[in-house]
Amino acid sequence: MDTRDTVFIALFAAIVAALAVFPPITLPVIAVPITAQSLGVMLAGGVLGARRGALALVLFLGLVAIGLPLLPGGRGGFGVFLGPTGGFLLGWIVAAFVIGDLTERFWTRLNFAVAFAICFVGGVVVLYAIGVPWVAAVADIPLGTALTGSLPFVPGDLVKCAIAAGVIVMAKRSYPIIAQR
Amino acid sequence: MIRLRDVHVEKDGVPILRGIDLDLTQHRIGIIGRNGSGKSTLARLLNGIETPTRGTVELDGACDRKALRRAVGFVFQNPDNQIVYPIVEEDLAFGLKNLGLPKAEIAARIDAVLERFALTPLRTCLTHQLSGGEKQMIALAGVLVMDPRMIVLDEPTTLLDLWNKRAFMAAIDALAHRVVVVSHDLDLLRGFDRVVHVEDGAIVGDGSAGAVIDDYIARSQC
Amino acid sequence: MLTDLHVPGDSPLHRVRPLAKILGLMGLCTGVFLVDAGWLVGALGAVVLAGYALAGLAARHAWAALRPALWVLAAIFAAQVWIAGPAAAGFVVGRFGVLILAAALVTLTTRSSELVDGILAALHFAPRWVPKRRIALAISLCLRFIPLVRSVLAEIRQAQQARGLDRNLSAVLVPLVVRTLKTADEVAEAIYARSFD
Repeated sequence: MDTRDTVFIALFAAIVAALAVFPPITLPVIAVPITAQSLGVMLAGGVLGARRGALALVLFLGLVAIGLPLLPGGRGGFGVFLGPTGGFLLGWIVAAFVIGDLTERFWTRLNFAVAFAICFVGGVVVLYAIGVPWVAAVADIPLGTALTGSLPFVPGDLVKCAIAAGVIVMAKRSYPIIAQR
Repeated sequence: MIRLRDVHVEKDGVPILRGIDLDLTQHRIGIIGRNGSGKSTLARLLNGIETPTRGTVELDGACDRKALRRAVGFVFQNPDNQIVYPIVEEDLAFGLKNLGLPKAEIAARIDAVLERFALTPLRTCLTHQLSGGEKQMIALAGVLVMDPRMIVLDEPTTLLDLWNKRAFMAAIDALAHRVVVVSHDLDLLRGFDRVVHVEDGAIVGDGSAGAVIDDYIARSQC
Repeated sequence: MLTDLHVPGDSPLHRVRPLAKILGLMGLCTGVFLVDAGWLVGALGAVVLAGYALAGLAARHAWAALRPALWVLAAIFAAQVWIAGPAAAGFVVGRFGVLILAAALVTLTTRSSELVDGILAALHFAPRWVPKRRIALAISLCLRFIPLVRSVLAEIRQAQQARGLDRNLSAVLVPLVVRTLKTADEVAEAIYARSFD
């Protein structure tokens, strides 16, 4: 862990924060709007790798917790973690770590398809595996109901995986960070 | 005094500098060269940001990267990448805290440097709200507050307008420190004691400002 | 510093030390989940609302805190009515309401800079293996660079707008990420040049 890593972590946390101002995009077929911020989670892992990516999210969520309005719509403060979807926010840390870890493992073979699969595993499977049981537990509803309630977001998440995969592959080609370790 | 002996720098197997020998004794030294000539790398060797692949960078006859960094301050082209703290006085204190100085001494030094450049009103301002000229002055102040013996500036005026450029260079001219400036702005270097011309990783011209700059212009025209 | 969600004021709640407020919030949080009782949620809800009045906050502040969670809460309410009946549904959703309002009360009456200072002060007492100076540097750097990354993002979107690509996320994200990585490398150099190891 050197100064360069510290700077990467801080600046990527700043990217995730800046993405909150990107207006949500509503796709024609699915009605659920896509927010750009959770793309930042996939990018943090896929561009910085497991440790630095996860720490960037720890830093970002720490700043949210102390009351900076860095989530879309200017939300922030402890309340966002205590609401029913707090698990998804904390899950971002694990998602970034898993995406980063897989990206490091498959680094030499990384192409769009591999990056897409990695983003899907970390950003959808792992994230939902944390967020959905969390909702079920704190809201006292069966797991199946919580899962059904979360399913409408999956198509939007798949679109995000595709966008993130493209950006991760491009960033690898033009400014590789993970290989330089 | 800083002396480079047969310095080679390679990055990813590509030679950037090839056998540089240089004694920096003059008060005002300019470095010129085309984009990609290796002049920025040369500047970065002078305070230890870069290290030679082969050869040595000596300060008063000794090779000590840490001492070099203490003795030589560095001002970058883009002050946005040099200012690391949200508030002006916090940023000026950053380098001093790294030296482990006591609080009273840090405050005194910040007062002195702000006063010197008439920047005192900016003391508690947010750094991202400063103008480009103010930012570059704060970046310079952040280097001077460390009390270096020599200052290296890498294209310090490229992002400044004519007015800010003049003001900035006037501040540089007033310094008692030894100064090395890397620049594409030849007029800036005309009054310097010595200019070094770097091309393709080697020194191709070295001497009085007038002669080296005229030769540089002549080469660009053929 | 960036603007935070703090609403200035001089109430007792504004003056209580941030640490005490956070501990209180943690206690409340644990309490409502440990004691599964409707009367406790009701009582704490009344206490939290009294806190809003005491801090001189308006109803719109409370509403703004609840609004983003509204859809999810409505869905949970519906699921609960179906599973366990309206009483249980009211209890579960009421519990969320109390928690969110209590957390927002802490956020609204505390400056972010107080909390940053608190974290930095706490780091002072952290054990040796904690990289305190790095953590402090990372927090400051992030606060310093959020406005810069925002303006870079706006600049890139304008540039892509000229090409009709401003709604294309990839066309915006690739330059944003690459430029930020480059900036990071230069910032790391500058930090090194300023005697930070």
